[in-house]
Amino acid sequence: MAPASTSVVAQPWLRRCASQPLFWPLLTLVLLLLGNGVFNPGFLALHWRDGHLYGNLVDIGNRASPLILVSLGMTLVIAVRGLDISVGAVLALAATVAAWTLSQVQAGNAGSSLWPLALGIVAALVVAALCGLWNGLLVVKIGMQPIVATLILMVAGRGVAQLISSGQIITIYYAPYSFLGNGFLLGLPFPLYVVAAVFLGLHLLLRRSALGLFVGAIGHNPVAAKVAGVRAGAIILATYVFCGFSAGVAGVLVSANVNSADANNAGQLFELDAILAVSLGGTLLNGGRFSLAGSLIGAVILQTMTSTIYAVGWPPQLNLVVKAVLVFLVMLLQSAEFRGQVRAWLSRTGKQA
Amino acid sequence: MNPVALHATGIGKRFAATVALDDVELCLRAGEIHALMGQNGAGKSTLIKLLTGVITPDSGQVLLEGQRIAPATPVQAQALGISTVYQEVNLCPNLSVAENIFAGRYPRRFGFIDWRAVRRGARDLLATVGLDIDVNRPLATYSVAIQQMVAIARAIGVSARVLILDEPTSSLDEGEVQELFNVMRRLREQGLAIVFVTHFLDQVYAVSDRITVLRNGRRVGEYLASELPQPALVAAMVGREVALAEGRDSQHRPAADAPVVLSAHGLGKRGKLHATDMQVRQGEVLGLAGLLGSGRTELARLLFGLDRAGEGRLEIQGEAIELHHPADAVAQGVALCPEERKTEGIIAELSVRENVVLALQTRMGWRRALSRAQQDELASKLVKALGVKTASIETLAGQLSGGNQQKVVLARWLATEPRLLILDEPTRGIDIAAKQDIMGEVVRLAGQGMAVLFISAEIEELLRLCDRIAVLRERRKVGELPGGCSERDVLELIAGEVA
Repeated sequence: MAPASTSVVAQPWLRRCASQPLFWPLLTLVLLLLGNGVFNPGFLALHWRDGHLYGNLVDIGNRASPLILVSLGMTLVIAVRGLDISVGAVLALAATVAAWTLSQVQAGNAGSSLWPLALGIVAALVVAALCGLWNGLLVVKIGMQPIVATLILMVAGRGVAQLISSGQIITIYYAPYSFLGNGFLLGLPFPLYVVAAVFLGLHLLLRRSALGLFVGAIGHNPVAAKVAGVRAGAIILATYVFCGFSAGVAGVLVSANVNSADANNAGQLFELDAILAVSLGGTLLNGGRFSLAGSLIGAVILQTMTSTIYAVGWPPQLNLVVKAVLVFLVMLLQSAEFRGQVRAWLSRTGKQA
Repeated sequence: MNPVALHATGIGKRFAATVALDDVELCLRAGEIHALMGQNGAGKSTLIKLLTGVITPDSGQVLLEGQRIAPATPVQAQALGISTVYQEVNLCPNLSVAENIFAGRYPRRFGFIDWRAVRRGARDLLATVGLDIDVNRPLATYSVAIQQMVAIARAIGVSARVLILDEPTSSLDEGEVQELFNVMRRLREQGLAIVFVTHFLDQVYAVSDRITVLRNGRRVGEYLASELPQPALVAAMVGREVALAEGRDSQHRPAADAPVVLSAHGLGKRGKLHATDMQVRQGEVLGLAGLLGSGRTELARLLFGLDRAGEGRLEIQGEAIELHHPADAVAQGVALCPEERKTEGIIAELSVRENVVLALQTRMGWRRALSRAQQDELASKLVKALGVKTASIETLAGQLSGGNQQKVVLARWLATEPRLLILDEPTRGIDIAAKQDIMGEVVRLAGQGMAVLFISAEIEELLRLCDRIAVLRERRKVGELPGGCSERDVLELIAGEVA
C-alpha cells in the first residue's frame, strides 16, 4: 500500500471525526492550548486560592465572555443571510447607558440596595434591544442591505453614547454592579455564568422550538422558505433584536469589569472579531448552516491567541499581525478545497517516492 | 450517409461506488440532429460532461473527425469544436448581447478591444440563427428564448462542429420552440452535428434524425427516429412498458353539488392578471391551461398569497379571506407546489426529513415543535407512500433526482393535509416513471375529497386528469371546458383562433 493511504487521514474513525462540523475549530483550540502548555509549562495550570479558581484557562474564558455573547447574536443574524456591524457601537452605547443610569440615581449612595443594579441593567438591555429592532426594521421592512443598514448604527451608536456621556468616561462607584464583571460565584468568575445562561437558553430555544429549522430554511433558501409558509420577516427581525440584546449584555459585562464606560473605545472592532469568531466556528457566511457551539469556540480561539501573544511576550505591535497569520492558517485548514489539494499533493509525492 | 463527426466508444465512468457510464457508444454524424434520450440518472449528463471536458472518462476513447481527443476542460473542448448550451442560460445578464457573444475572446486592435468588430461579429453570428436584435442592449432585457438563441450564437461562434443542446426547450413556449427548431434545422444544413437532450417526446420526433437511448449508464441502442415509434422509445428508456397512471373516469367525478372549497370573484392584479372568476369543489381536479406567460402561475401566486391581489375577493369554504403571506394560505389549508422546483420548492441543503416537515411545522407555529420521533415517522411514512427514492430520510434533498425532489415537495404539502392543492407544472423536467407516480397520486387525492388545481403545459396530461379545464390567454381567463373535451377544443381556446 502506498504510504499516503495508510496515513492517519485514511483511518475511518478519524475521517468520521474530521467530518464533524466542530472538529476543526476544536482541534485548533486544543493545539493552541497544548502549544502554550509546551512552551510555557505554567500556562495550563489551575490553582485554588481563597475559594476562587485561578489560571490562564479561567482567565481566557472570562476575558472571552463579551465576545462570546456578541458572537452568539452574530451567528443567528448571519444564519439568516444578514450581518450586524453595529455590535461594537451598541456594546458601547449599552455600557454608557448603564453607567449613566447608575450615576443619575446616585447608585454610589445606595449602599447595598439592589434596585439601581436592576435599573441599570434593564436600561442598558432595553436600549440595546431597541438598537437591534432598528437594524432589523431597516433590513426587513425597508429592504436595506444588512451591511449598510447596520453601518448607520455603527456610526451613530457611538455618537449617541458620547452625547449621553458628554464625551467623558463615566466612572461607576457601585459594588453590586462591579460584581457582574469581577465577582466570583462558586469559585468561578461571574461572567462565565452569564455566558452559560445565554448559551443554554438560546440552545434550548432553537432545539425545543421550530426556530432552528426555520432559521436554517431561511438561510439556505429564503424564497422556498416563504413558499412553505415560513414568516421569514418576523424571524429575521428577531435575530437582529437578539443580536442587539447580546451586545447589550456584553456591554454590561465590559463596563462592570472596568467600573466605567468609555463611549469612544469600548467594544472597538468587536464587530470584526465577532464575524471572525463565527466563521472560525464553521458557520457559513452566506447563511443557512450555523453552529452556536462553533461560534463559542471561535471566540475562545481568538481570546487564546491574544493571551498567547501576551504570554510569549512578543511586543504588542506584533499582536495584530500574529493574529492575522494564525487566522489565515486556521481558515486554510478549515477549507475543504485546500485540504483536498494538500491530500492530492501528498498522494502525488507519495507515489513518486 | 453523412461522414461521422464524433465517435465515442467504450466510454466508462465511475463515481465512487456508482457506475455512471458503462461501455457507452455515441456516434454523431455531421449535419444531423441526434436526440440523446434517457430517464434522470440514465447517464446523459455524465456523457455530455465527458464530451465537453467537465470530467474525464475512466475508459474508452473519443474520436473527433477521426482524431483522438481528450478534452480536459470545457475551454479545450470548445477549442476542439464542441460547445454546449445548458438548460439554464449561463451568460451574464447585465452585459450586452455583443459582449456576451464574444466574452473571453474579444477581437483586438492595437491591444485594445475592437468594439466595432465585436458588434459586427455579433450581428453576423445572430444572423446565422435568424435573429436581428439590438446587440448593444443588456442580455437581460430580452426574453429567455432570445437569450437561448444568443447562447447558441456564442456556441457556434466559438466552434462549429458539435453543438450540444441540453434541455433547451424547457422554459420556452410553443412558438419559441418552433423558432428554436428552425434554427436547429438551419444549423444542420450547415453541417453541424447537434446533440439534442430533452424530456419532451413529441419534440424529439419533430426535429431529430437519430436517437440514442441510455438506461442505467448503458446504451440501449441507436435508432432512426423514423423507425422508432413513440411507445417503443418509452419502453427503451424505462426498460418496461410504463403503466400509465389511471385517468379519471366519470365514476370518479365529484358530485355537482359538492361543497365549494375555493372561489375567486374578480380576482386580479394590475399587469399580472385580469379579473378572474373561479371555483374549485371538493374532490375536483381543475386544470389550468395556457401558454407560458398567459397568467397561469400568476393566478396560482394570487391564490396562495405569494402576490397580493389588487382587486376581487377570495372565499375559502364560504368565508371571505385576505391573503397577505403564504402562511395565511397555509393556515386555510391551501398548498402550492411551485413551478420553479429548485429555487422555490426544495431546500437543497436541508435533509429530506426537514423538507417534509417544514410546511406542517409552519402551520403549527414555532412554539409547538414536532418531536424528532414525530418528524421521523411522518417523513418515513410519506417517503414510502409517494415512493421517493432516497438512501435515507437524512439524505440532503439536493442529492435526489428531479422527480424525487418534486415528490418531496409534494410530501411536504400532503403532511399538512390541505383542502386545496395547487400543482404548478408538477411534471416538468422529471422522468416518466415519476411523472406517472405524481399523476396517479393526484387521482388518489381527489378521490379522497381533496380539491386540486393542476397547472400544466401538457394538454394530454390535463385531459387525462381534470374534471374541468380553465383556459387562460394573455393574462385573462377565456373559458372553461368540461373534462371530456377534445385536445382540439383546448388548443383552440389557448390559441384564441375561432374554429
